[in-house]
Parts: sequence; structure tokens; C-alpha cells
Amino acid sequence: MRTLRFLLEKEFRQILRNRQLLRTLLIAPLIQLILLPLAADYSVKNISLVVVDNDHSPFSQKLIAKITASGHFRLTGYTASYKEALQMVEQDKADIALQIPIHFERDLVRENTKQVYMAVNAIEGTKANLGSTYLNSIISDYNTDIRLRWQSIPSAPTTANTSSTPTTPTPGAATSPTPIVAATSSTPTISTSSSNWYNPYMNFKLYMVPAILVVLITAMTAMQSAFNIVQEKESGTIEQINVTPIKKHIFIIGKMIPFLVLGLILFTLGLLVGWIFYGIIPIGSLLVLYASLLVYLFAMLGLGLLLATYSGTQQQAMSLAFFFINIFNMMSGVFTAVDSMPGWAQAIVSTFPPSHFIKIMRMVVLKGSGFADIIYPLTAMAAIGLFLNTWAVLNYRKTT
Amino acid sequence: MRQLLTFIRKEFLHVFRDRKTLLMLFGLPIAQIVLFGFALSNEIKDSRIAVVDYSKDPVTTHIISKIAASDYFDIQRSLASADQLQTAFKKGNIKLAVIFPSGFGDDLMHTGNATMQVIADASDPNQATTITNYMNQIINDYNAELAKDAHQPMQIVPELQMLYNPELRGAPNFVPGVMALVLMLVCTMMTSVAIVKEKELGTMEILLVSPFKPIYIIIAKLAPNLLISVLNLFIILLLSYLFLDLPVKGSLLLLVTCSILFILTSLSIGLLLSISAKTQQAAMMGSLMGMMLPTMLLTGFLFPIENMPLALQVLSNIVPSRWYFIIVKRVMLKGLGLTSVWKEMSILSGMCLLLFAISLRKFKIRLQ
Repeated sequence: MRTLRFLLEKEFRQILRNRQLLRTLLIAPLIQLILLPLAADYSVKNISLVVVDNDHSPFSQKLIAKITASGHFRLTGYTASYKEALQMVEQDKADIALQIPIHFERDLVRENTKQVYMAVNAIEGTKANLGSTYLNSIISDYNTDIRLRWQSIPSAPTTANTSSTPTTPTPGAATSPTPIVAATSSTPTISTSSSNWYNPYMNFKLYMVPAILVVLITAMTAMQSAFNIVQEKESGTIEQINVTPIKKHIFIIGKMIPFLVLGLILFTLGLLVGWIFYGIIPIGSLLVLYASLLVYLFAMLGLGLLLATYSGTQQQAMSLAFFFINIFNMMSGVFTAVDSMPGWAQAIVSTFPPSHFIKIMRMVVLKGSGFADIIYPLTAMAAIGLFLNTWAVLNYRKTT
Repeated sequence: MRQLLTFIRKEFLHVFRDRKTLLMLFGLPIAQIVLFGFALSNEIKDSRIAVVDYSKDPVTTHIISKIAASDYFDIQRSLASADQLQTAFKKGNIKLAVIFPSGFGDDLMHTGNATMQVIADASDPNQATTITNYMNQIINDYNAELAKDAHQPMQIVPELQMLYNPELRGAPNFVPGVMALVLMLVCTMMTSVAIVKEKELGTMEILLVSPFKPIYIIIAKLAPNLLISVLNLFIILLLSYLFLDLPVKGSLLLLVTCSILFILTSLSIGLLLSISAKTQQAAMMGSLMGMMLPTMLLTGFLFPIENMPLALQVLSNIVPSRWYFIIVKRVMLKGLGLTSVWKEMSILSGMCLLLFAISLRKFKIRLQ
């Protein structure tokens, strides 16, 4: 026990003496935490639209006006031919090309049906999805409008329904589209009333800030712990420690605790930043958050330790850690949802501690989940942490 | 010349002797392309939902079976009451809940209108919007079925065509992004750490006192990384073609030229970083902390740049990978030619020359 105390004293002194390092470890992540969630916005606004109107009739003009009035789209082009419109999509000047064919109004009235053509740049799935859905629902609304107007004769009009309006991100908990139901409708209609729970203002920052904080902590803890030990290996001081009667596990605990403390400090500062700059106050209990944080740090420091046992030079440690961190960052559900992945990928992701911790963070901060709710990710993290740490301790040899 | 070649050979030996680093250098892009190409996707399917049916009549049963049959939803629970919803949401088991009030079918028949409730977990706002829309679509379809007999006049039929990526796969968006990210990060980190390592070990001193010109030192240091990155590029393109069904639609020569340009730019950034860093740790942390997240976020493949606040949009213009990403998308996915990318190419070349010039300038030939 005494040896542990002395070890810890040495470690903390070394860290505190290295001012440049402290700055990189604490200040850089916080600055990134402040600036980067501003960039992390998946909401789809200002979809650029190019329109080809071959009909030039009141119907087509009204449709175009309705589309541009919706606020989702920005009319960036009004070309004479479909070919030109497609060129604009090629050049990234427009995301969607809409063509209203000739005789649009005439055929709608006479033959009761007419097509309109949409070409969507589908490289980015979310934008394509949402863009086409919005456009479809606006066209459907417009359809209903002209039908009603065309048939606004005193006899019972046929039904109309607008349950197709998408839940546009408007503030307020419930957005219920009121159906335009005629007084005596011959066909019944179902309408939906939708509400958004836990994030009524559809604020992306609430979703991204906890995740970005986890990303920053991951990078810091895994890399730093690996680096620290390997630095000793490179400079030769580890030889001196190895010849002392110090026990393996005391040495390892002595190395891990300072970074555990640093991780806790960074997390606390991160929560403060989230509160001050983004107004994010965790709904769940802080106890749950910190307990999960401890388990998570245990797992990540174990990983760093493991990597250190396999590295001879700092460059190697860096390469290995970078490999894992990069994969963690992309696959742990920070930027894309884990649920969208195929089964085998989800299985792989479940072995990553960050994916569990990000899930826990989002659940506790946004929904107020308690210990009972997070028991599965928590135990998963603990199990992985135990595995990594045991492997690392077994692998570490005092004698080379 | 012979001196330069000897030095380049020395650098190559350094790099290739280090197995573990080689693993990362080649393994990372391969792992990333394979994993991300297959795993990452923006498509939302099989969302787990819960159904609360207070009414339990033929209408609601029919609607529920329609929902269950759809690819988009996977009914996890049929809850007895709406009070259980909070717990289900909190456990993260469901993303959406549908509530049918009692007497649903009766209301529908007698008053011609019935309202059902759709509650989405808006933690992820986009997901919530999308699955709510899917649900609305299903209800729409049901309404259309009900109205089928009354021949609806004036039906506008939208015909939708998804360009470049009809199946909405994630790969076309992510592979160019991963290419840009990996090439930039690997080049920057490897170069900066390599140079600083010599400084730390003291061998830089020896190099500097030799009659060897500093520019040759730099060229020698950059050469192996350049080669490795070009190899990586070809491996990535091959993997994309074989496994992800993403061939290079445009000119391969153009793509490789632009990629080399981009690699040179990243190498110059690494060079610049190495000059200011004193320890390997600082160099690595600097390139990681200072470059990883900003590059990821500001390249434009994770988040659309036009969504960002103006200040960040301006900032993203400085990130070279942003321009490279545009070039790769246009040449590889859309099959466009030089005329469409000359603007981005000239920006990249400008950045490359500028960074190179600055780092040459600042390269200290004395040890300070």
C-alpha cells in the first residue's frame, strides 16, 4: 500500500510538471467540445431544387409556389429542359430535379391522372430520404387542395385527408396535422397525431454533445495510458522499476489511477461546458453517469494498457491506439445509428466499450434512465473491461 | 542524387521494419473500408416499436398487421397501457409507439374520422422524423385502400428516381469520406511523428551537421509515406470495386492525380506540425486532437457543410480533405471529368504549394 502511494505521487508529479501535455489533454478537448457540436447537425434544411416546368399552367405554377413556400426547399434553378436540370444535379447545384410534364393541367382534368417526375441525388441517404418524403407530401397536399377546389359544388364532396403531412420539426411537444375532412365524407379517413418525446425542439445538440464528449474522453484515456507506459519503455526507466520488488498489479494500478482521475476531471469539465454553452442538463441522476464513467474508464484504460504491452516504441503504441480509436469513433453510433447496421456489424460493435457508454450517456442525459434501465450496457462494459485488464496484466512481463 | 537515394532507402527500411506500424498503415484503411462500406448506412429499417391498442377491433388489427408486415417496423411490444411507455422508452427498447384509443373502429365508421397517436423518441431527431413519416405513409396507404372504391379524380402520380445510388446504400457516401479521412490522418501523423522521433533520439543532429541539404532530408522523409499512401489508395479502390460494388465511374488517372495532390498536401501539414512539436507525444497528440475531430466533422461526409453555422463553413474551406471529398465524389461516383473538378484541384494545389513553402522556410537547420 505504501508503495502505491509513492507511485501515485510520482505519477502525478510527472504529469503536473508537463504543462504542454496538460494543456493538450484538458483544454484542446474542451475547445473541440464547444466548437464541434455546432457543426454536428443532421437536420435537413434548404434542400436545393431545380424545376422544369413544361406546362406553364396555373396548376403547375401553384404547385411550384407551394413547394417553395414550404420552407424545406430552396429553388436554385428553373430550367427549360430536363437535361439541363440533371446537369445541375451533377454539378451539386441542386439536390432534386422536378419535372412537370406538358399538358399537366389538361390531363389531370380530362384523364384524371398525370405523372410528375423527380430525380433525387441519392448519394447521401438521409437527405435523399427526407427530401423525397417532403416533396411527396407537399404534392399530396396540393393534390387534395385542387381536388377540393374542383369539387366545391354544394353536393357532398369526396373526402380529403392530410394525414400525410410530415412531422416537421416545429417547437412544441405535439404537432398534430388537422385533417381537412369534408362535412359528409363518403369514405372514412384515419389521421395521426404525432408527438416527439425527450427532445421536443428536435435539437441535434442534445443528441451530439454527449456523444462527442465520449469520443474526446476515449481518445485521451486510451492513447495517453498507452503512451505513458511506452514512454517509460523507450526511455529505459521501466527497467529500473522492473528490478524493484514492486508487484505487477501495484505498478499497473499506479499507472492507471492518474488517468482515471484525469478522465473524471475531463468528464466533469465536459458536463459543465455542455451546461454553460448548450444548456444541457442531464435529466437522469449524476450518480448513474459517474458510475458508468468509472466502468468505462476502467475498460478504456485496460485497452491502453494492453496496447502498451504489445508496443516497443511510442510510434507503435500510437499506431495501434489510432487504429482502434478510429474504428470506435466511426462505428459506435456517434454519427450513424447502430440499429441501421447489419447483424454481424452490430455484433462486432457490441464488443466496443464506447458504443455502450454512448448509449448510456444519451439515455441518461436525455431520457433520465436509471440503473435498472442501463443494466445491459453497463454489464457489457464491465465484462469487456475485466477481459482487457486481465489480458493486459497477464501479458505484462517484468522480465523481458 | 546517389546520396538522396541512399537516404530514401534508409527511410524505407525504417518504416518497413516496424511491423506493428505497418499493420496500422495498411490495416486501418482496409478495415475501415470493409467495415464502414458494409456496416454504415443511413437507411432506417426494422425500427423497434410498441403498440398500445385500447380498442382491439378489426380496423386496428388490420392496421397493426399492415405495420408488422412493413420492412420499416418491427413490433417489439404490445403493451397493455400507455403508462408502460415511459419505461420502454427509457430502456431504449423502442423508438416509436402507436396508440389506438378505445372505440377506434366505431369512431371511424360513424364520424368518418378517427385519430391515432404516434409518439417518437426524438433523442435522434432525424430518425424520429423519418420513422414518423414512414408511419404516416402506411396510414396514407390504408386510407387510400379505404377510398379505392370512390374513384378519386385528379390523381397526381409522382415518379421517383434515385440517382447514383438507387438502393440508398451507405457506401457511396462513406467510402469517399473514409478515403479522405484516412489518407489525411495517416499522412499527417506518420510524417510528424517520424521527424520528431529523430529530433528526440538525437539523430537529427547528425543529419543536420552533414553536408546533406535540408530539403533532401525532407524529401527522404516524405518518400516512404507517399508510396504507402498511394498503395493504400489502390487497395481502397480495389476493395471498393470488388466488395462494395463501387467502381470508379470516371477517369482513374484523374482520380489518382488528385489523390497524389491530396497526399502531398497532407504530408506538408505533417511536416509543418513536426517543426513546432518537441516530443513525439506532442506531435501525435497535436495531430490527433487538433486534426481528427475537425477533419471528421468539417470534411462534409458525416454532416452536410451547408447545415453548419457560417463561421464553421468558412473554417471548412481550410480543411483540404473537404475539397478532396468533393473531387472523389464527382469523379468516382458521378463519373465527371476535369472540367467539373478543376476548381477544387487548383485549390488543393495552391494549399499544397503554400504549406510546402512554409514548412521549407521554417525547417530549422540549427537545433533550437
